Amino acid sequence: MENSILDFIPRVPVSEWISSMIDWLTDNLAFLFGAIQDGGTWFMDTVTDLLLLIPPIVFILIMVALAFFATKKKIGLPLFTLIGLIYIQNQGLWEPLMYTFTLVIVASLISIIIGVPAGILMSKSQIANAILTPVLDFMQTMPAFVYLIPAVAFFGIGMVPGVFSAVIFALPPTVRFTNLGIRQVSEEMVEAAESFGSTGSQRLFKVELPLAKATMMAGINQTVLLALSMVVIASMIGAPGLGERVINALQRAQVGPGFVAGLALVVLAIILDRIMQGFNKK
Amino acid sequence: MTTKVEVQNLVKIFGKKEQQALELIHQGKQKDEILQKTGATVGVNQASFEVQEGEIFVIMGLSGSGKSTLVRMLNRLIEPTEGNILIDGDDISKMEKNELRKVRREKVSMVFQNFGLFPHRTILENTEYGLEVQGIDKEERQKKAEQALDNAGLLPYKDQHPNQLSGGMQQRVGLARALANDPEILLMDEAFSALDPLIRRDMQDELLEMQEKMHKTIIFITHDLNESLRIGDRIAIMKDGEVVQVGTGEEILTNPANDYVERFVEDVDRSKVLTAENIMARPQTVRLGQSGPRVALNRMRTESLSSLLVVGENQKLLGYVVADDAARLVKENITSLESIIRTDIPKVSKETLIHELYDVIHEAQTPVAVVDDNDKLLGIVVRGLVIGALAKEREEVTIDGE
Repeated sequence: MENSILDFIPRVPVSEWISSMIDWLTDNLAFLFGAIQDGGTWFMDTVTDLLLLIPPIVFILIMVALAFFATKKKIGLPLFTLIGLIYIQNQGLWEPLMYTFTLVIVASLISIIIGVPAGILMSKSQIANAILTPVLDFMQTMPAFVYLIPAVAFFGIGMVPGVFSAVIFALPPTVRFTNLGIRQVSEEMVEAAESFGSTGSQRLFKVELPLAKATMMAGINQTVLLALSMVVIASMIGAPGLGERVINALQRAQVGPGFVAGLALVVLAIILDRIMQGFNKK
Repeated sequence: MTTKVEVQNLVKIFGKKEQQALELIHQGKQKDEILQKTGATVGVNQASFEVQEGEIFVIMGLSGSGKSTLVRMLNRLIEPTEGNILIDGDDISKMEKNELRKVRREKVSMVFQNFGLFPHRTILENTEYGLEVQGIDKEERQKKAEQALDNAGLLPYKDQHPNQLSGGMQQRVGLARALANDPEILLMDEAFSALDPLIRRDMQDELLEMQEKMHKTIIFITHDLNESLRIGDRIAIMKDGEVVQVGTGEEILTNPANDYVERFVEDVDRSKVLTAENIMARPQTVRLGQSGPRVALNRMRTESLSSLLVVGENQKLLGYVVADDAARLVKENITSLESIIRTDIPKVSKETLIHELYDVIHEAQTPVAVVDDNDKLLGIVVRGLVIGALAKEREEVTIDGE
């Protein structure tokens, strides 16, 4: 087996190629990445500071009210929201919660802003569909940790690389479900819209997007939850928040604090998920 | 009369090898052979006909005959492979997008088999759609849409959503929507095929009534000869993508162009006049548990009837009550009809032939109930209806020269 025929193929320097590509990008676009890093950090710090200006009790009541209306005035979720958020405050995790909240919201919004138009493009163009489908597969199957490396190379450490990697990780469901939602609109609906002389954008905004809304919202829900999970992982490269507490506890093998912070993340995930699902059902 | 729509040698080929298939079509080859040789499906094969202004032109064929494809080429929801479509002399098939959009907005409206109503919009918003895409301002388009709904008696439903309405009502909205932007031409693709037989006949009547007033040019697609004969001024019969005969109902029944039309006419004709389903009328019923003898008596008085059918859950037929019995209950102050329901009512299925019906009805004291397998009441047949139908059949037999 020493001279297997495969051994005659010299090792292809894939990793060198990728490294040099990233190096090239870092060197040549440093001014751009620098600006994004500075601007992004300033923006998210400001948002978090503003959130922290709201007294926790007011914030909690707002979330409870949202939960109340999202679930059509049922009692379960509002109660869970109330107890869950009081627990987080009680454990001294309010500031990390607000950081995590900011990161998730910003990453989700960027994903939606990129993802919805990309999904529309995929549904309208077979070429875009053929190109983007494998790209999305790649984004979803590549282990999430791998994204942290170029994120650090481009942006250093902190919130901006956290959001960058979270967007890459969380974007695909929004794109896929937008595409799916529009393609699922029945032929007769499309024909009805066309037969009255709709322009392409009238058809899209008056018929296709409203009919695709429920499916798209399912995708956006996924995106928010994936963003949350990635924001936690991004703590490894210095993104602040609840994930930071988990990582710290992990490094010091402190079971108690680890679970306390982990539980806070679960509470946040459940609240976000249920509120969004509630609004989607309306 | 002037020609409104002229279709010349219209061809639609689905699949690859379009050119090759087109050549075979020019050689006069048929659908099956072309599919075998090229793998391409011929949707419509060199169809030509003219539609006059203000007539109801029916295109009839079985499923797969290409009638739906044909009608969709008239407003280019499907792009023709070859041929011309002239509306008022302008060739639709050669139009730029903008011109085509103008035609769709102002001249040609379409009504769909499954109604094609937008579920996220209210009835009024659905009706406005055609005006909305033209950019007409909200106040004016609402006024026009409300007028269109009012004409169809639908105004009270304007704030409901389509799924809150029955099929018949939904299609009335579909029709009102199509008429809201006052088109010259209506394309109706199996517009009534998804409806129950009785509702369907009502809709046909309403369409004819509307046509009396509006004189639109209507191109109506159906697979039902009965429907064609009822509403069509002229009928085109399609088979395998080809138009095999165009003529009035009379002409087609009397002089079928070929064996296919003859068989088609024979087959459908028999079922057309000869089963209970085709002649049954809407029954007057009371629901047990919901209505008592006073209501029943009142209904009989207003409808001038001596008996009423009684139904239970899901329109299940329970029997009938007569006026004398109901009057007695009222006197005795009993509120349930249950004790006076008579069950000696003849029942037939909707497939029952009229000849069989004749014997049943001759002996019956009450109307004959048409029910399905679960005893669900579908309609009733009374003596007058059978005699009317038989008389009509005899006429047609004479036309056939027997």
